[in-house]
Amino acid sequence: METFTYYPGCTLRTKAKDLDTYARSSAEALGIALEEPSDWQCCGGAYTTAKDEIATKLSAVRTLNAAKELDRPLITVCSACHNVIKQTNYDISRDEEMASKVNNYLKLAEPYNGETKVYHYLEMLRDVIGFDNLASKVTNPFKGKKIAAYYGCLLLRPSKALAMDDPENPTIMEDFIKAIGGTPVIYAQRNECCGGYITMEDKAQAAKRSGAVMDSAKDHGADMIITACPLCLYNLKKNSGSDLPVYYFTELLAEALGLKEDNNG
Amino acid sequence: MDKNLKEQILRASGVNVLKCMRCGKCSGTCPSYDEMEYHPHQFVYMVEKGDIEKLMNSASLYKCLTCFACVERCPRNVEPAKVVEAVRLAAIRQQGNNHLTPAMIPDMIDEDIPQQALVTAFRKYTK
Repeated sequence: METFTYYPGCTLRTKAKDLDTYARSSAEALGIALEEPSDWQCCGGAYTTAKDEIATKLSAVRTLNAAKELDRPLITVCSACHNVIKQTNYDISRDEEMASKVNNYLKLAEPYNGETKVYHYLEMLRDVIGFDNLASKVTNPFKGKKIAAYYGCLLLRPSKALAMDDPENPTIMEDFIKAIGGTPVIYAQRNECCGGYITMEDKAQAAKRSGAVMDSAKDHGADMIITACPLCLYNLKKNSGSDLPVYYFTELLAEALGLKEDNNG
Repeated sequence: MDKNLKEQILRASGVNVLKCMRCGKCSGTCPSYDEMEYHPHQFVYMVEKGDIEKLMNSASLYKCLTCFACVERCPRNVEPAKVVEAVRLAAIRQQGNNHLTPAMIPDMIDEDIPQQALVTAFRKYTK
């Protein structure tokens, strides 16, 4: 069994336990052990793009460096962690001044300059395990289910740093849906923002954005919508006013692999 | 106009505002367009002109969702969100000018809100 370093992030330990639990059990069933670094901190939820921000980038660098020291790729599953960690990794490998300031502060055994390979869990399924291989292990396929993949903003953009998929015509989640036996639904709002943290102070805006996403998915015939992001899940469920069911993609993965009791039939 | 402030914002953002050809695609694709007084393309040209005070005092600073749609879709790779971010930082770095305080939190949350929402809001709204 191959072992990868795994970064759950703050929310997977608390409100998004389903995203975490089924990520772990499914990985194990697929022959990959996910191991947390001994000491990790919250990524901060949003990447601070400003060049004169150093402190806000340190926790991501610590995680990246922990994976480097273990000589293993780093797996993220939450869209926000994925975004922050990949953008940090991209910038530190290109912005010498940032790298120098970060390393001057951290005083690591060896300076960190972006060496760690980061995979989102979906990329691990695609690039390490392979969707064909995954499909061959599915015992409980989502046959006849029309599933809308919701990418939101954080999984794909900015594409030059995240390098995950085509930012306007992505296929990774649709290919995942096909691998677990479902039928992907393509709809206009799949890579537009749900409103994110604006729910804290402007519920109306969050309702408008998340409602647009849900209505778009439903209008295209979706039976359910899936996400990798706890904040997307919250906005789509609580603020959209829609009754379309929302799940983490890992819940469906575990169910398809026969690791989770549920009612997909 | 405060030349130092403009220089600071340009340097922090890393954006070359002169590359903007004012096509408005950034604002056209912005999910917060309707909620904003100043839109992404206006941030870019107002910073270019040094007209920064209005931006610093505008609620538009806190309407950006950091979704990177404008960054991705700009045909000239101007990256307007980075300008918004740099102006927002200049605003909240002023003493006593945090946009969010812990005392405001209890009224903003419910049982289900993920921690991610809180940490992200604090990261974007406070220093």
